[in-house]
Amino acid sequence: MSALRRLRSNPAAVAALGVILLLIAIALVGPWLSPNDIAALDWAHVAAEPGLVGAHWFGTDRLGRDLFVRTLDGTRMSMAVGLAASAISLFIGIAYGAVAGYLGGRTDHVMMRVIEVLSGLPLVFFVIFLTVVFGRSRYVLFLTIGAVGWLSMARIVRGQTLSIRRREFIEAAVASGAGTGRIIAKHVVPNLLGSVIVYATLTVPQIILFESFLSFLGLGVQEPHSSLGTLIAEGAGEMEAAPWMLLVPGTFLAALLLCLNIFGDGLRDALDVKEG
Amino acid sequence: MTRYFLKRLAGAIPTLFIIITAAFFLIRAVPGGPFDQEQSLPPEILANLQRAYGLDLPVWQQYGRYVSALAHGDFGPSFKYKDFSVTELIAQGFPVTLEIGVAALLLAVLVGIPAGVFAALHHNSAADYATMSLAVVGIAVPSFVVLPFLGLLFGIRLHWLPVAGWEPDSIRHLILPVLALSLPPLAYMARMMRGSMLEVLRSGFIRTAFAKGLPLRVVILRHALRPALLPIAGFLAPAVAAILTGSLVVESIAGLPGIGRYLVQGALNRDYTLVMGMVVIYSALLIAMGLVVDLLYAWLDPRIRYSG
Amino acid sequence: MTPVFAIENLSVEFARADGTVAAVRAASLAVRPGECVGIVGESGSGKTQMLMAAMGLLGNGARASGSVRFEEREILGLPAAQLNRVRGSRLTMVFQDPMTALTPHLRIGTQLAEVLVRHRQVTWRDAEQRALRILERVRISEPRRRLRQYPHELSGGLRQRVMIGMSLLCEPSVLIADEPTTALDVTVQMHIIDLLRSMREESRMAIVLVSHDLGVVAGLAERIYVMYAGRVVETARTGRILAGAEHPYTAGLLACVPDLDAPRRARMPSLAGQPPDPTGIERGCAFAPRCERAQERCHVERPLLRDRPEDHQVACHFPLSA
Repeated sequence: MSALRRLRSNPAAVAALGVILLLIAIALVGPWLSPNDIAALDWAHVAAEPGLVGAHWFGTDRLGRDLFVRTLDGTRMSMAVGLAASAISLFIGIAYGAVAGYLGGRTDHVMMRVIEVLSGLPLVFFVIFLTVVFGRSRYVLFLTIGAVGWLSMARIVRGQTLSIRRREFIEAAVASGAGTGRIIAKHVVPNLLGSVIVYATLTVPQIILFESFLSFLGLGVQEPHSSLGTLIAEGAGEMEAAPWMLLVPGTFLAALLLCLNIFGDGLRDALDVKEG
Repeated sequence: MTRYFLKRLAGAIPTLFIIITAAFFLIRAVPGGPFDQEQSLPPEILANLQRAYGLDLPVWQQYGRYVSALAHGDFGPSFKYKDFSVTELIAQGFPVTLEIGVAALLLAVLVGIPAGVFAALHHNSAADYATMSLAVVGIAVPSFVVLPFLGLLFGIRLHWLPVAGWEPDSIRHLILPVLALSLPPLAYMARMMRGSMLEVLRSGFIRTAFAKGLPLRVVILRHALRPALLPIAGFLAPAVAAILTGSLVVESIAGLPGIGRYLVQGALNRDYTLVMGMVVIYSALLIAMGLVVDLLYAWLDPRIRYSG
Repeated sequence: MTPVFAIENLSVEFARADGTVAAVRAASLAVRPGECVGIVGESGSGKTQMLMAAMGLLGNGARASGSVRFEEREILGLPAAQLNRVRGSRLTMVFQDPMTALTPHLRIGTQLAEVLVRHRQVTWRDAEQRALRILERVRISEPRRRLRQYPHELSGGLRQRVMIGMSLLCEPSVLIADEPTTALDVTVQMHIIDLLRSMREESRMAIVLVSHDLGVVAGLAERIYVMYAGRVVETARTGRILAGAEHPYTAGLLACVPDLDAPRRARMPSLAGQPPDPTGIERGCAFAPRCERAQERCHVERPLLRDRPEDHQVACHFPLSA
């Protein structure tokens, strides 16, 4: 595939991918390397600087919890939410968009109006509501963020479906008597793959950012688990005394988001899909 | 052109109305009332409280009362902050949020757009790559990471600027928050402007302009800029929305007394009226922004003016 | 008489992903004051790129070498500041597609006036007055109304008239018209050509008229240059070309021009084959693969432009009259 070749010749994107994979590897493997636990309180080393003491390589926080394992736990959480919520967004978005685009006419019009009104409302708001209603577990978080993030995906998919629908092979399929559902599933969807991939690479960092944002505000993950957002919030409060509490999770999050964005850009260029 | 604007305005009001209505009923659909968090109250007192705030009435009646009060500019009393009405709370906090929001938007526009033009004019040069790399950082890294980092650098290490806190009429306290708040939209606009400008520069009418012997400055400012700004105009409404959401975080980190914190607190405390007040304000702002954008489009492209 | 506009050995190259493209290869032409010269060739023959290079309008990544002299001064490679002294005033150009040639958000009057404000240092007021007169001169009705309108309110033909007017504002010595009628309806085409003709009669302006349509060019030009694959392959006075073209390509082009008086034939004549790939290396005559008269020598040795009687030049080993 020429697209792969183009991607490979983009040094920034390749480097970004490398960093992402590295972060994933560290997040998965790291905790086994450390003797510490995410909830363990080490009273002997409270707010300790990063170093070799007590195997607290990234230091500890106000309660003596090891920052290394907590940061990695947070990274895992962010990645999990990113993937899961994106998958949900993708699924809902594609289904909604494909149906709207394919059916067209009145149905499409109404479905798009709904999206417009929903887009007008501040996202944060919705999620706050949903989180308060359904409690604050991991899965609820995935669901709520994903359920809210499908809007743009639906728009793009609908646009693409509209243009695909007019192409000849769809007419052929209809002429041969295939049912609407079957046509959507077997013909429309595979052709959307290009833009879907690209959009997915845009969505994942956005969702990770959003989850961190909520966690930062105190609406996200529950103890004892942490998300990079909560760690950053704690760290921000301790900036003067213990800057590493901010710098470590902050750098992890920044690196993750930055590399996802750069890689996404590179992927977009390689596939040469235009936005919107 | 006035007709175009009035038509738009007429469309905006129902939208606002729908949003208010939807939010109103949605809040009340959530199980649990505003007084659940208090230490368990004896039932009679609870009933009294409910009656005092009109919560014992059927939902439709509550809605009716709310809307008519709203028409008089009364957002109702805050359920949580007992001594204040929502109107008062908004009046206190809104100016601050507005100040940093507008400042952030201005900064984004005044720096982002020229940066984009600059990058486009020096296409594929080192300066272009440098600017665009910075832009990616601005887009990717969230403000709640940027602001503490900035605070760490400029506040704690260099002691140039205060990290948090607020004093009336003090600009020093606003510099870092505004900077952090403006960064994502700024970066986005720079990128967008660059792409848009590059595309416009390929147009036939730009070639004509050069063929007429006009200098670069005139070609860019008089011929290329307005069409290139079109996508940016479309971005303004999402930019404002992003700044509003960003202000939630920036205000809490920097300890600024704006209205952002009321939104979160309100939701957590089930403070109905406060949250409703926030919804109305935010939605109205976004819708107003949408109208401004429409007007901007019409000015930038005469073809739109006449097709209305 | 020294030419007012002369191109000598001009080559234009640009880099593309799959190789360097030589759009123009060592092409030369000369235009005398007041003369109308036509350039004919297919798309890809290099005729447009040649003139873009002359006007300093080549895109990024394109490189031009050779010489372009205007009013006895070398203008190829001049920095914009100096080029702009003649560009748009004494040396002007009209482009192919009138629909995209005007700035959509500026009024017609503004776009006309700015040329005068820039080149003649008059006030905007005076400039608009002169713009009004130019619109009258190019026979646009209701000129005062037109001045206040935006480009999208005018038809293609009207916009092209505006473009021509715009290029006449400073009384140029050379007007380059690159396919001015290609994007227009046939009836409108005729009007535009008539307009160019009468503009020429009124002033001592030289015109360089570019087209892929030999018929259009023959109606106006005194001398014709025929280009193929980036090179000039034949040049002579129009009458001579029409009566007896020497290059097989030119002859082919002539045969393609429909003649209403000729008896109807079963098939319309056309030139077989395609122009060569511009990234490829030249071997021999570029036209040889499509030429019925081609021989061994044609595929190996590139023919140079050679003189024929009566101020006629051909680049062919076996020209038609020989």
